[in-house]
Amino acid sequence: MSRDISIYVHIPFCERKCLYCDFLSFGAGKEQIDGYFDALLKEIKTASKVYKDRVVQTVFFGGGTPSFPEGKKICDTLRAIKTEFTLSPECEVSIEVNPASAIYDKLVSFKEAGFNRLSIGAQSLNDEELKKLGRLHDSRMFFETFENARRAGFDNINIDVMSALPDQSLSSYMETLKKVVDLGPEHISAYSLIIEDGTPFYDMDLKLPDEDTDRAMYHETKRYLNEHDYHRYEISNYARDVSAENAGDGPFYGTYECAHNKVYWQRGNYLGLGLGAASMVDNVRWSNTRDMSRYVESASDMSALRENLEKLSLQSQMEEFMFLGLRLVSGVSTERFKQLFSQDITDVYGDVIEMYVKSGHLEIASVNSVGGLASTTYLRLTDAGLDVSNTIMADFLL
Amino acid sequence: MDQSKIRNFCIVAHIDHGKSTLADRMIEKTGVLTLREMQNQVLDNMDIERERGITIKSQAVRMIYKAKDGQEYTFNMIDTPGHVDFGYEVSRSLAACDGAILVVDATQGVEAQTLANVYMALDHDLDVFPVINKIDLPSAMPQEAKDEIEDVIGIEAQDAPLISAKNGIGIEDVLEAVVSKIPAPTGDINAPLKALIFDSIYDSYRGVIVFVRVRDGVIRKGMKVKFMATGADAEVVEVGYFAPGSFIPSDELSAGDVGYFTASIKNIQDTRVGDTVTDADKPCAEPLPGYKKVMPMVYCGLYPADSAHYSDLRDALEKLQLNDASLFYEPETSQALGFGFRAGFLGLLHLEVVQERLEREYDLNLVTTAPSVVYKVHKTDGEVFDLTNPTNLPDPSEIDYMEEPIVSGEIMVTTDYVGAIMQLCQERRGKYLSTDYIEQTRAILKYELPLNEIIYDFFDALKSRSRGYASFDYELKGYEKSDLVKLDILINREEVDALSFIVHKDGAYERGRKMCEKLKEEIPRHLFEIPIQACVGGKVIARETVKAYRKDVLAKCYGGDITRKKKLLEKQKEGKKKMRQIGNVEVPQSAFLSVLKLDNTD
Repeated sequence: MSRDISIYVHIPFCERKCLYCDFLSFGAGKEQIDGYFDALLKEIKTASKVYKDRVVQTVFFGGGTPSFPEGKKICDTLRAIKTEFTLSPECEVSIEVNPASAIYDKLVSFKEAGFNRLSIGAQSLNDEELKKLGRLHDSRMFFETFENARRAGFDNINIDVMSALPDQSLSSYMETLKKVVDLGPEHISAYSLIIEDGTPFYDMDLKLPDEDTDRAMYHETKRYLNEHDYHRYEISNYARDVSAENAGDGPFYGTYECAHNKVYWQRGNYLGLGLGAASMVDNVRWSNTRDMSRYVESASDMSALRENLEKLSLQSQMEEFMFLGLRLVSGVSTERFKQLFSQDITDVYGDVIEMYVKSGHLEIASVNSVGGLASTTYLRLTDAGLDVSNTIMADFLL
Repeated sequence: MDQSKIRNFCIVAHIDHGKSTLADRMIEKTGVLTLREMQNQVLDNMDIERERGITIKSQAVRMIYKAKDGQEYTFNMIDTPGHVDFGYEVSRSLAACDGAILVVDATQGVEAQTLANVYMALDHDLDVFPVINKIDLPSAMPQEAKDEIEDVIGIEAQDAPLISAKNGIGIEDVLEAVVSKIPAPTGDINAPLKALIFDSIYDSYRGVIVFVRVRDGVIRKGMKVKFMATGADAEVVEVGYFAPGSFIPSDELSAGDVGYFTASIKNIQDTRVGDTVTDADKPCAEPLPGYKKVMPMVYCGLYPADSAHYSDLRDALEKLQLNDASLFYEPETSQALGFGFRAGFLGLLHLEVVQERLEREYDLNLVTTAPSVVYKVHKTDGEVFDLTNPTNLPDPSEIDYMEEPIVSGEIMVTTDYVGAIMQLCQERRGKYLSTDYIEQTRAILKYELPLNEIIYDFFDALKSRSRGYASFDYELKGYEKSDLVKLDILINREEVDALSFIVHKDGAYERGRKMCEKLKEEIPRHLFEIPIQACVGGKVIARETVKAYRKDVLAKCYGGDITRKKKLLEKQKEGKKKMRQIGNVEVPQSAFLSVLKLDNTD
């Protein structure tokens, strides 16, 4: 069993909730925020005792809006993690920031505290579109934030963009994408908006792009980003390779793919800290309570905090291995499957694989390993398959 | 028993005019049951009956009433099925009575079923007296209702009891009227036994319990009886009377009595409604008139949604048939749906009731194919056969001609909607016969309509085009030659036998087009494009396409919340399970039913 672990920290606060958002987040006063961070420290102290012997490979502060609370709170939290856990020297430490709240001083303090990767939620660089999403920033603030981030020393930055927004045209989307690429971030996440039940968007009469436009945006994203040296490594994620002059300097070898995200898809261990955060360690999944007052009360009582504890059966592990692994463009290794489950992948999934290979949604590829001696067989989604991955993944449930 | 102290009667009414409620109140007043024992509607036993407010099986109950003249009377109230599907059963129940109470809603007046039921009662020589119900409602117009009864039906109504069955007003008047207005039976107690079967039910301990009205003679325990139509005979084990919800054994039933007997009969088919029971050793000369063997009018395929439940479905049908002699079924196989049954019903309501009972009482998940009427196919080689499954239609070259069942229908409607309803009847190939105005604002339209035009969604269309004001009644008239074709549906170029059906040539295009449209709505998008085609004789007459999925991607997976995403995938997979695989297309079960409801003018 791997001794590696990743840490996710949930900051559930936002100045204002965006109209499409269905994540666990809300506005809060200073008192509540202070109480939350106190509780978070307690949880860190308690949890770290259990995972003393683990080496932390990635840390990710997500939300909510981690850049919304006072910067000191965030930095103190990271410092506590660094004190209580053992971080690998190459540890990737990311934080999500929002252009409206990420002022220069804050970014500098993040950098000093040890964050080495920044994820900026731009979503769009068209001010009309941003307004319709209920975002607090405009494109000018975004450019400023990006510049500040570079100035503060962040050399690994992700920018989030969204397609299929209300009233968005293909050309306005491409304009956003081009402006983003022109800035030269190391990583771009390009999502297609999904209207989730329970969000204000769900009940609004929105003029969304038709399906052809939606697909064109999606496909143009890949084409345009490939052209500009961003390779797609996951359904919605693109990264640049590390250029020769930077290689060997920082913790990033070869690529700026987000190591933390890949932990989820490759079923690495991760510990979720904070309200509602999800964890998986040694094939046991659980999540923290989503009830704020309960969280604050019992932050140092693991058993009161954790809910939905599930020891994954071998079957669930296989299912997850498939439907998570297939999100990655590289796919899943058939050898790895056999190693983990002592069964041939074709014995379990032969019919499904055959069906989707025949229909052109899956492909089998042989990839030479780094040394070039042995080759590994990968099963992966084709471009057509990535578009409809849900349908295909559902068929990998046993 | 002294026949002069017996009153055998039924209650007739339009649906929702308060028949069952009145029956309840009469039972209450005669003191057979305490209030606490009363279920809401004592006579309607099955859940479905109570929910739908209709009576499917005939029931009877005996009441003892001490009248104002100081005498004790025995009332036998027979509750009749309240739907046109069960017309024959109704007629046999009526034949077991000597009179009828007509319930008319004071807010609605005379309706189509009021008329149909009254005429049926009068046809059976019953003495009918009216009561006006719901007089406590603000919109009640009792005098208008009385006048209407006299004008339209032509029976005396001025002294009709004014009642509210719901609130127990005027019930005593009804009971007195039963004594004074309904004639006592006049059978010959010394003649050979002659008893009419008006229903029977199956009991797992006693076998078939036969409901009878004794016309002449006596039936008692130990006696050997003969069923005149089926020729079966049996030895009587028990005789008795009906109490609400239970049976009270007695020594004998004699002329004029209504009650039951058991005779260790295993098969309900031996005790057909309308048959005459007589003394096997000393039979009566002639059976009672009016016996008919009932034939199913509507057929459909019943398939288990999960083919693993085929034997469960078979067992359930077997059990249902024990109590429902008019339910017919035989095994059949569909390419699209696998193993199942072709079942015959008295009408669409009967079909729906059986389907609902199978799903509810036996916990089965069913796929039902489009109901079909029985066509007569005349082949060129002279053979004539009844076609109950469209799939079995021979090649057109082998068919000389076909006939379809025609009904005579009466639609009562307020004059505002006459135009809309005539339009509807015309669309359904109706042959207009006449319009009778009952009063200035209401008319009865008479039409001859092909049965296959009314079994799908005619009632719904009627209601929606008249804002609920039209009522409809029909009876089978006979068969007529007709220009019929088989419409086939192809999904992704595979013919789906379960969706084939027979339609008039002129309506084929319209029907095919609507079916394709409906199926397009019902069939979810797949990873590939799915053509849906309607064909007649191999020629495509309509087509729709279910476009291929273009996008189906999980949203951002924040904070590693995999469990939630897995649930989404599981839901997707679960949805697939509820579908039928046709070729490589998943078709939801609802698609098979949705094509029955194609009227979309509202």
